Amino acid sequence: MAHFFKSRLFLISLVVVVVAATLPLYVSGYVLGLLTVAYYFGVFAMAWDLLFGFAGEVNFGPTFLIGVGAYTAGILNNQYGWSVYLCIVLGAMASVVAGFVLALPALRVRGPYFGLTTLVAVLMLQNFIVVFADLTGGEIGLTIPDVITIDAGANYWIALGFMTISAVILYGLSQSPVGLVLQASGQDPVQAGALGFNIVKHKLAAFVVSAFFSGLSGALLVFYFGTASVGTVVDVAVGVNVIVAAVLGGRRTVLGAALGAIFLIVAGEFLRPTGELATFIVSAVALLVVLFFPGGFLGAALSREARS
Amino acid sequence: MLAFQILIDGFAISALYALGATGFTLIFGVSGVLNLSHGAIMVLAAVAAWAAASTLHMNTYAGALVGVAVALVAAFATYFAVVQPIQKSRRIPNEEKEIFVLTGTLLWGIMIQELIAFFFTNNAKTVLPIVEGVVDIFGVRTPKNEIFTALVCCLVIGLLWLMVNRTRTGKAVLAASMNPRGVTLLGLELTSIYVVVWAIYGVLAGIAGVLLGMFLGVSSYSVGPLTASAFSIVVLGGLGSVSGSLIAAFVVGYLETLTAYLVSPAYRTIPALLLLVIVMYIRPQGLLGRR
Repeated sequence: MAHFFKSRLFLISLVVVVVAATLPLYVSGYVLGLLTVAYYFGVFAMAWDLLFGFAGEVNFGPTFLIGVGAYTAGILNNQYGWSVYLCIVLGAMASVVAGFVLALPALRVRGPYFGLTTLVAVLMLQNFIVVFADLTGGEIGLTIPDVITIDAGANYWIALGFMTISAVILYGLSQSPVGLVLQASGQDPVQAGALGFNIVKHKLAAFVVSAFFSGLSGALLVFYFGTASVGTVVDVAVGVNVIVAAVLGGRRTVLGAALGAIFLIVAGEFLRPTGELATFIVSAVALLVVLFFPGGFLGAALSREARS
Repeated sequence: MLAFQILIDGFAISALYALGATGFTLIFGVSGVLNLSHGAIMVLAAVAAWAAASTLHMNTYAGALVGVAVALVAAFATYFAVVQPIQKSRRIPNEEKEIFVLTGTLLWGIMIQELIAFFFTNNAKTVLPIVEGVVDIFGVRTPKNEIFTALVCCLVIGLLWLMVNRTRTGKAVLAASMNPRGVTLLGLELTSIYVVVWAIYGVLAGIAGVLLGMFLGVSSYSVGPLTASAFSIVVLGGLGSVSGSLIAAFVVGYLETLTAYLVSPAYRTIPALLLLVIVMYIRPQGLLGRR
């Protein structure tokens, strides 16, 4: 850890966060709104990377965890009018429970089977939301009466602060002995098990941590938007974006995932004038990165630094 | 009456699912690749057939052929531009190739989907059926097209079975799915077997796509659900097992038809998903899978 505080990565991150924190002083509310969403998205991607990059489990359903957190918080606020903060905490808790329930059957299987189990979880959640439309708002979406604040600057700072704290915790966890055991069990479960580590327990823990941050971020996002809908927090396409963000930024780096998420959202906005081709261009760029720089943005940068 | 209706409609849907999933499972069985651009290639075939018939004024047979040819080209493009570079890349560690193939083909599928939407809009398209009219089977008015779909699906799957079990090329494919290293030791080039498999896959996905376009119609929105349904059928049947996915296709097809007719079309996919979860829990390798 002490070594980390002297590393270049830490200094760069610190400078970036400080510069980002001063943005509300001189950029428009529009840019702030865009970045606010990007930061929450960054947390989704980092939480996913903990599971994939370290535990080696391909979770095709990040939006199951996100959606449970987001909808629990939204429904509690909509139905009972409980305070925003209580709803957010309960949303994150619900997501942890959902992560636990999903992990128990899912961790029995590996590789593509695990991926499919998590994908099915998303499709079930999606069906559930449509079927119980009275409670969830169905395909139209759920209106949420309360918001955290309407000030663009304050919302931006909350999102930035949340992403920074999440990044510190998730990155710290990934570099800790627990993270190393996770990495070992992801790469060679048999050998890691033979060394005496309880792989299932570690993976379950990774799942729960990932679920906690996904759910918390989902709940916060819902109170920022003032609405929860399948298209924004549950759809498989959203999950695909989370995965692309993490792979694009550099898997197994945690911080790269946030970078990838911010790039995806900002690039999508810059490409808006190209209309329907925006998604095509973003996917094509992502595919080229996957083919030619499999380490992602941060992976490429770090390996260059390591070489020099 | 309703029972016959379910029996007939369920059969057509199931046969179509089976055809769509066969190519998908074949590729996985032989080269370990899960092609997540599957749905996009099927929709591409249907849209190509539709465009050939409606804008180029070809007849329906020629249109269908164009659709299958386009799917074949798309399958080769998927293999040579996405899958092979990832498999040969030295920068990607071997144990991570699977996830890279998944991500790569997924992105490739999205690119195809977006191009279709850009050039042909998101609107649903129905390919003109090759045979028209309706016949009466046991009091059920059935479109001839539905019977045609089911027949073609069964015929193509039968031909595939003959090819795999009776021809030299087919036997090489079968051998490669059992033991790739053994095949190379016998002096067969694995890459050329892969090319054959992707060609078979392209033709199968093309036929399935064109038939789907005639039977139910497609739009660029169907890409995701099509990939997901092929994926779940294949996992249900056991990854890499062709006969397993045929059984699974009929189970899923009939479950969906039963739910749609007896409960509500809105709940159509739910029982199949539940079944999938249960099978994954009790028998993770699928119905006929080997581990």
